[in-house]
Amino acid sequence: MGFYLAQLLTGLANASSLFLIACGLSIIFGVTRIVNFAHGSFYMVGAYLAYSLVTWMDGGIFGFWLSLLVAALIVGVLGLIVEVTILRRIYHAPELFQLVATFGVVLIVQDAALAIWGAEDLLGPRAPGLARAVRILGEPIPEYDLALIVIGPLVLGAIWLLFHRTRWGILVRAATQDREMVDALGVNQRWLFSAVFVLGSALAGLGGALQIPREAVSLQMDLSVIGEAFVVVVIGGMGSVSGAFVAAVLISVLNAFAILIFPQISIVLPFVVMAVVLIVRPYGLFGRPGSEAGGAEEPEQPLRLMSRRGAMVLAAFVLILAASPAVTGDFTSILLVDVMVAMLFAVSLHFMMGIGGMVSFGHAAYFGVGAYAAAMGMKYLGLSMLPAMALGPVAAAGAALLFGWFCVRLSGVYLAMLTLAAAQILWGVTYQWGEVTGGDDGILGIWPAGWASGDKAYFYLAMVLCVGGMFLLRRMAHSPFGYGLRGVRDSAVRAEAIGMDVKLHQWMGFTVAGAFAGLAGVVFVFSKGSVFPDVLGISQSVDGLIMVLLGGIHALAGPILGAGVFILIEDWVTRLDYWRVIFGGIILVVVLVAPDGVAGGVDRLLRAVGIRRGDAT
Amino acid sequence: MLKVENLTARYGRAQILNGVSLELGGNEVVALLGRNGAGKSTTMKCIMGLVEQKTGVISYDGADLMRLPPHMICRAGIGYVPEERRIFPELTVAENLEVGRRPKRDGAPEWTLAHLFELFPNLAERQGNLGKQLSGGEQQMLTIARTLMGNPSAVLLDEPSEGIAPVIVEQMARVIAELKAEGLSVLISEQNLYFARAVADRAIIIEKGALRYEGSFADLDAHPEVSQQYLAV
Repeated sequence: MGFYLAQLLTGLANASSLFLIACGLSIIFGVTRIVNFAHGSFYMVGAYLAYSLVTWMDGGIFGFWLSLLVAALIVGVLGLIVEVTILRRIYHAPELFQLVATFGVVLIVQDAALAIWGAEDLLGPRAPGLARAVRILGEPIPEYDLALIVIGPLVLGAIWLLFHRTRWGILVRAATQDREMVDALGVNQRWLFSAVFVLGSALAGLGGALQIPREAVSLQMDLSVIGEAFVVVVIGGMGSVSGAFVAAVLISVLNAFAILIFPQISIVLPFVVMAVVLIVRPYGLFGRPGSEAGGAEEPEQPLRLMSRRGAMVLAAFVLILAASPAVTGDFTSILLVDVMVAMLFAVSLHFMMGIGGMVSFGHAAYFGVGAYAAAMGMKYLGLSMLPAMALGPVAAAGAALLFGWFCVRLSGVYLAMLTLAAAQILWGVTYQWGEVTGGDDGILGIWPAGWASGDKAYFYLAMVLCVGGMFLLRRMAHSPFGYGLRGVRDSAVRAEAIGMDVKLHQWMGFTVAGAFAGLAGVVFVFSKGSVFPDVLGISQSVDGLIMVLLGGIHALAGPILGAGVFILIEDWVTRLDYWRVIFGGIILVVVLVAPDGVAGGVDRLLRAVGIRRGDAT
Repeated sequence: MLKVENLTARYGRAQILNGVSLELGGNEVVALLGRNGAGKSTTMKCIMGLVEQKTGVISYDGADLMRLPPHMICRAGIGYVPEERRIFPELTVAENLEVGRRPKRDGAPEWTLAHLFELFPNLAERQGNLGKQLSGGEQQMLTIARTLMGNPSAVLLDEPSEGIAPVIVEQMARVIAELKAEGLSVLISEQNLYFARAVADRAIIIEKGALRYEGSFADLDAHPEVSQQYLAV
């Protein structure tokens, strides 16, 4: 009995931590509609700052708690800076831009933290006065856990009072329901948004600061917490603070007991709960279908078939590509394989987002499944290269078929979140299930068959598969199926009214996109000879999003250009120290300066100098 | 005085207004008439700063409103009651009113909660209810009351009689008379000529985003072909 109570209390303490970070995220989303990846960074910075302040002050109970509060306040100021300099400019941009921009902030903060606090994990001091454990029914319970159990509901209560008993809070709640109307009633939203962002960031900072007696402060805190925080927000209903609390308790307590039965479950469980909740309640426990999108988007221009001249330019590019191994070294061929893999991955993501209108935050899932399926086919089934390669897209399509069935039931940000959850589930399984997937050590020794080995030979194989894949996807975009997808994207209601099966179209679009991402994964795994769980990770998914965004989402050529630019930049910057700052900076510049991407920017440039006229494809 | 000159507006590629001009004098009630899609709501949204792509002149008491954001236009003294009502569904009636509250303004009547509840007795009883729990008529009352909380000197009422019960329409006519009596200017968009005639001092008719008629209701009655051509009567 005492043991189970102890588990429950541990779960509740974890729930408080989780709630603190998730509620800030939820508040920010509710008002600004921004899916803020950088929230995890604020959490991490809060922990680092608290660590520094506590060790510097070294002032007993008072100093400890004061340090935590000061850390939270500083993070709030940091949030203000980010809001004023970056987010304020992109409130009306599509969610993809906002997500990628906040990811740029993540990269910059990571390097800043590395520069200030170093790469070593920092072990914080225990909380003075709460350093021991008390015995409850014979089980030792850390006093600090009990404090956390109290702090969570206290913060919830304080936020409730703030939102229901102050004019500011009422304005915030009104803005979550109809921002434009609040503006028309004389409220300057700029300051409302800034203030909300400060509050949300400070709460994340407080959440991080409160963690220092419980876990080591590390540079991985940001992305490791953000996935779970998203899940809590989505389960609770985006924008709902009490929902975030209920969801945090639900996940943490379930987890506390589930690990007794199946210890590996912790990574996957939150995402499973989220998937279940979203299927039963598509807008979360306390959420409502609201005005989802940031701003009214311009209607998409129709895609046009490529002109004869365009086709010739493209053919010339392919020929140059094909001839490149003859004149360049092996290193270039290897790099070009990376570029082509990235292009196919980006084009498949664009097929889903640009053509299908479904934003995916977890496209890496299908890339990774393809890669792992091929690797495991070779390792366990003894397949030779070509059958193993064929297995990849099939397995990826299967995974997309499974997860897509759930995802297409939702739309907008919720759909995107569920794709993220799907990817995190697969990542968790791969990471945990060491006996089969090799876990962290990955699967090694996946090399091409003899006839395709050697960098140049493999280059041609990769080229056939990637260019062929891109060609097929492009054909599909111009097929009746592609028309259907675009019709569904532009108006699901009207598509339904003329007799189209909207969900089926989306589901098939999802699956096709997954299959081709899987093909990209296959080409990737044989070029590297190994595969690790990070091919399924958030970073890989975000890379894809950045490529699509770099290229511009409105053009079919966009993702191809974007992927090319991305890999070349990456190849260049990752050789530098502090490449994340540079890369994050580049992302921010693109988002703020060229919101229609490189393709759009080039197009505008060409039009400006008079080379090109009319509509672009 | 609110002045609109040669206003054009577009949503993306769709041109909605092709040069609307109108004036709303001090303490005047003007009806903006026209069929569905004629551009009445867009005209009001333009005045309120809710449409980005627009050209022309909009000024209020000499101050240029063209480039101001909605909250500055509100602070200049213009209140907006949208056609879709847009009450905050998850806020209580009292909280909805609180969102609209602004300090008193020189030269405009000041509205207290007590005064508003006198004008809209139903709202007084339902202060604790959520916006989404109100009937259509009550929601319409609430949006007007919410806008009045900002102590405007001019009010844009977008189709206040649309979709509500006849008995409430009568109440609406009394409310508009009360607004005029308090010294407000009101621009009211309508499809219903009879309602407009009952509440407004003069009429403006627009069709396909351009001005078609401007004058008194007496003149309009003398030329039935005008209302026949541009209004659904």
